[in-house]
Amino acid sequence: MEQTNFQLKKQDAQSHEWDARLHRATRATRKDWIGRGISYLCIGVIILVVASMLWFITSKGIATFTQNHVSLWKFLSGTNWAPDQGNIGALPMIVGSFAVTFAAAIVATPFAVGTAIFMTEISPNKGRKVLQPVIELLVGIPSVVYGFIGLAVVVPFMRHLVGGSGFGIISATFVLFVMVLPTITTMTVDSLRAVPRHYKEASLALGATRWQTVSRVILRSATPGILTAVIFGMARAFGEALAVQMVIGNAAIMPKNLISPASTLTSQLTTGIGDTIDGTLPNNALWSLALILLLMSLFFNALVRFIAKRGQLKNGR
Amino acid sequence: MDAKRKDFIATVVIDLIVAAVVGILVFLLAYILISGLPHVSWSFLTGTTDAFSGAGGIGVQLFNSFYLLVLTMLISIPISLGAGIYLAEYAKDNWRTSLIRSAIEVLSSLPSVVVGLFGFLLFVVKFKIGFSVISGAIALTFFNLPLLTRNIEESLSAVPRNQREAGLSLGLSKWKTEIGIILPVALPGIVTGIVLSAGRVFGEAAALIYTAGQSAPVTNFSDWNPMDPASPLNPFRPAETLAVHIWKVNTEGLASNAAQLSAAASAVLIIAVLLFNLGARVLGNFLYRRVTASK
Repeated sequence: MEQTNFQLKKQDAQSHEWDARLHRATRATRKDWIGRGISYLCIGVIILVVASMLWFITSKGIATFTQNHVSLWKFLSGTNWAPDQGNIGALPMIVGSFAVTFAAAIVATPFAVGTAIFMTEISPNKGRKVLQPVIELLVGIPSVVYGFIGLAVVVPFMRHLVGGSGFGIISATFVLFVMVLPTITTMTVDSLRAVPRHYKEASLALGATRWQTVSRVILRSATPGILTAVIFGMARAFGEALAVQMVIGNAAIMPKNLISPASTLTSQLTTGIGDTIDGTLPNNALWSLALILLLMSLFFNALVRFIAKRGQLKNGR
Repeated sequence: MDAKRKDFIATVVIDLIVAAVVGILVFLLAYILISGLPHVSWSFLTGTTDAFSGAGGIGVQLFNSFYLLVLTMLISIPISLGAGIYLAEYAKDNWRTSLIRSAIEVLSSLPSVVVGLFGFLLFVVKFKIGFSVISGAIALTFFNLPLLTRNIEESLSAVPRNQREAGLSLGLSKWKTEIGIILPVALPGIVTGIVLSAGRVFGEAAALIYTAGQSAPVTNFSDWNPMDPASPLNPFRPAETLAVHIWKVNTEGLASNAAQLSAAASAVLIIAVLLFNLGARVLGNFLYRRVTASK
């Protein structure tokens, strides 16, 4: 009796041990946990970077209005930028930034759409063999090199053509046009390729010429995608700093015409931030310019999403 | 005007546009290489810069560019690999994931000058590290992370589902499947993305002006102790890169031959970026053949 009782107890303990061992996480499971933990950590780092970036720039950017008590309206509509004397009207830079952005987008879009049509509809073979590498190389050229060529070629050319210094919005437009061209082209090509094949076949079967098919069917149905491409290009132009700064002349005055020196938000930031002292009004004013850049970049992002949603509704997909 | 003639005119116009685009690229490359290459010499590539005028060789800048690139990649590849695996494998399709994706999108669309200013604020002003290699490398990491993460996620997601199922059905854990099966298959795409992003990082200047600084103190290339202030490996010294040098020479430089200098430096920069692009393609194809055993 004693014996069996003891045996039973022993068995019980053994089964308990087995139970625990079977329920314990294996080495593979623990490794899985660690791996999952690492990947969560990495994504956490990225979220932290984005959040702290938004927080720091916003809090620095609104200091002009909360600490220095400059009115927001005066900042946005004032045309006199002399932070040392307490005048911080940012309108010249805002106008400059929007002017170069829209001008570059208007010039680049026909070129980009034309190139994209060539690559998808006219000669896909040459498009893949010649134009694809061309576009990739244009993307790869660093922005300081674009700025240098602008300085060495475009500025003297404009000086020769219309007189004056050659620096100004038109030179910046030229440089930005080449810089945003590959962005708009690549995304337009994607959206043209996404047009269902039977749309094109139906149109051609009705006896439409290639141009009629392209202009009335393909471009029409790819419009949301092309708009998105143009907005991405504009976002790049709006945020481009050094290439623009090198050719626009950097005069913080209201641009009267396209050929006199002007400045943009980015060019003012690049030239100014090193010369000001942290916490003073001139420094805070520059951070407010950076905040405008940040908000515009968020706005472009939201616009792209809005268009994507509308496009989906329209196509009933 | 009948439809056929319109079609013809449209085709001609598009052909002209394409010719113009190709012409622009040919002109750009030809201009840089023709005006720059004659001034590139061994003494230019290894020489030191006159701190006052900005004239002289680009040896230190060239070293700085590569050093920053290596440091940036050392920091950003592990983080974006982890984040890419999270997005491709663990992320559920819910509001939290879409928030994370938007955050990455926002980071990738931020102008690089804003990223640079954030780095300046954080490292130079708040942490008082000063203009240094490490500040520059972290700023470049911020700039690099979203693109690299997206590239890695896309490469991982492109691996066919049945590979994943095969791994899981053999009793492997999710992590083991990802590391042992999915990652090797996705490697060619990932490597191509990494090398392409290296080209972008190499040419970036706006994010570096106020983080890595605009001065290239002459370093002692026989001193490889990273803790020594004069050592080229010291991560706390200011480091002007090649791209920043081009900008600096053109805007603030006093060198009489600034145009020649920057043409030569641009030529070197362009050749480096072209090599990165070419290398990405060659390496990607090579790895693809090795991994997939296809001829």
